[in-house]
Amino acid sequence: MTDLSFTDPRVLRAIELIWREAALLDAKDYRTWEAMYADDAKYVIPIDPDTDDFDASLNMVNDDKRMRGLRVQRMMQGYSQSAVAAARTVRIVSRFTVDEASDASVTIRSAQILNAFKRQTFTTIGAEMVHVVRFGETTADDQIALKVVRLVDSEDAVSASGYLL
Amino acid sequence: MTTMDSTAPGAFGDLSEADRIAGRVYTDPEIFDEEMKRIFYKTWVWVAHESEIPEAGSFKTTHVGAEPVIVTRDRKDNFNTLVNRCRHRGATVCDQRSGKANGFTCPYHNWSYALDGRLRGVPYPDGYEGVLDKKDFPLHTLRTESYLGMIFATFNQDIEPLEDFLGDAKIWMERFLKQSNGFPTKVIGIHKFRFRGNWKIQLENTTDGYHFPMVHKSWMASVDAETADMMSFMDDPKSVTHALGNGHSVAIMAHSHVDLDIDDGTEEIQPRFAHLVEELEAAGESPERIRRYMRSMHGCGFNLNMFPNAAMSSSFFRILVPISVDQTEVWHMAIGMDGGPESVNRERLRIHEHFQGPFGFGSPDDAEGWDRVQLGAAGQPDMPIMVNRGLGREHLSDEGWPTSHVTDETGMRESYKMWKKMMSDD
Ligand code: FES
Ligand SMILES: [Fe+2]
Repeated sequence: MTDLSFTDPRVLRAIELIWREAALLDAKDYRTWEAMYADDAKYVIPIDPDTDDFDASLNMVNDDKRMRGLRVQRMMQGYSQSAVAAARTVRIVSRFTVDEASDASVTIRSAQILNAFKRQTFTTIGAEMVHVVRFGETTADDQIALKVVRLVDSEDAVSASGYLL
Repeated sequence: MTTMDSTAPGAFGDLSEADRIAGRVYTDPEIFDEEMKRIFYKTWVWVAHESEIPEAGSFKTTHVGAEPVIVTRDRKDNFNTLVNRCRHRGATVCDQRSGKANGFTCPYHNWSYALDGRLRGVPYPDGYEGVLDKKDFPLHTLRTESYLGMIFATFNQDIEPLEDFLGDAKIWMERFLKQSNGFPTKVIGIHKFRFRGNWKIQLENTTDGYHFPMVHKSWMASVDAETADMMSFMDDPKSVTHALGNGHSVAIMAHSHVDLDIDDGTEEIQPRFAHLVEELEAAGESPERIRRYMRSMHGCGFNLNMFPNAAMSSSFFRILVPISVDQTEVWHMAIGMDGGPESVNRERLRIHEHFQGPFGFGSPDDAEGWDRVQLGAAGQPDMPIMVNRGLGREHLSDEGWPTSHVTDETGMRESYKMWKKMMSDD
């Protein structure tokens, strides 16, 4: 782990992308969100707090491009009652640390707190996240190559109501 | 529907009739407490699958009713279910979900217990001379029996043997386990989630074929045509629900998968499994074995409900844990083969993830319906919940099981018949 450097423009560029992603998810703008991901990207919410071999274990989400596409379709098409009645969310992503930074990509860790509100109930979800951000020619071409969301309570009963992490 | 007077004998039982139940059975905390006493502390409750505690010293923690328990496998390979409460001052002696241990030492004053619950030692024993005989203070032990790897426990020492209680469910348990293709079945992952509703709402859901095409439209839209076709049981007269006695029932969605040993050769293997087929061919598996693996991928084609808290549901175990009158935890346990090709187990994990869990394409939509039942049932609590669908076409099968279409409510009627019996018992 290297120190977070706000003077490193590559790190700032990655943070900006992660914040943009958070805003899109809160706004439930899933089509734009999907387009942030590289074709070979993985989007994972594991259950096992220690594993990196996601394919060998059960996850809450383990999406490649095809599954992300289906997921977005499900969120948008109006057939899913839980998506139609989804909680409103406000998430905060901060406490960034950098694992690796090069001119091609940055691997960056962060903490996320998500507040969800639905039917008189607030739910707080805490998670550690890892993003691999792959740089394009311009910031508009930057893409997420990996996102891993590790919920602090991933091994216990998690209730989701129609939103994405 | 009579109004409940809890002092009258059989009063709780009056809340349920053959084809309807009072809405308040979802919302009244007094009824919930009685259910724990009369059902969850009286009958066989599922606590573990043997693969979760695979060797001597393995344990897991869970609940029977509201009570915390530890399920262990001891040196003699016996299964024990121990109340997780130190005999000294009452601390839990174990707070891990699962693991391996030689025994349990209470963190408070270090009383230590063996895997079968015996009190092995107390520190500084001189203060206990003449006042404590260790053999009188084991962890409280439940009766524990297992059938085909499914471990059940009960506080009721006088209950009938587990196998008698399971009765006709046993045939279906055997059929269900055929999806392991001759290998031992093993739990390969668990999705746990909660919904804000009563446990019986989930109990009903297991054999509720009626909700499927409506609630799971979004999942149906996301799978290939063959899979969707497999679930097109709505107008299929061969898809039926049987009441099996003792509250158990089975709903058959895909009858061609009821017995995986029987294959009429008509089922096409889905093209999306082509990569797997290739891999298995390269590993030298025979075409027959490969076909068998592929057919087993989607499970057994039926949901078996075992009253009150366990189900063998198509391709996974479904366990419900009542938390309070309006909160229930649901566990969806993915299963695979112990020793079979890992690639098939992995594909099973992906299929499980696709439907189940808090971010699956199916479970959250079920939970949305269940939350709403709980909220809605607060309206006119004595107005009945209806479970009368298909009453007019219910008949006895050759086996003597009350039977109706898979979209009918025969399974729920069976559950509530048992519920009524247990809630009226003195
Ligand atoms: S409470 Fe367990 S040793 Fe005292
Ligand atoms: Fe369902």
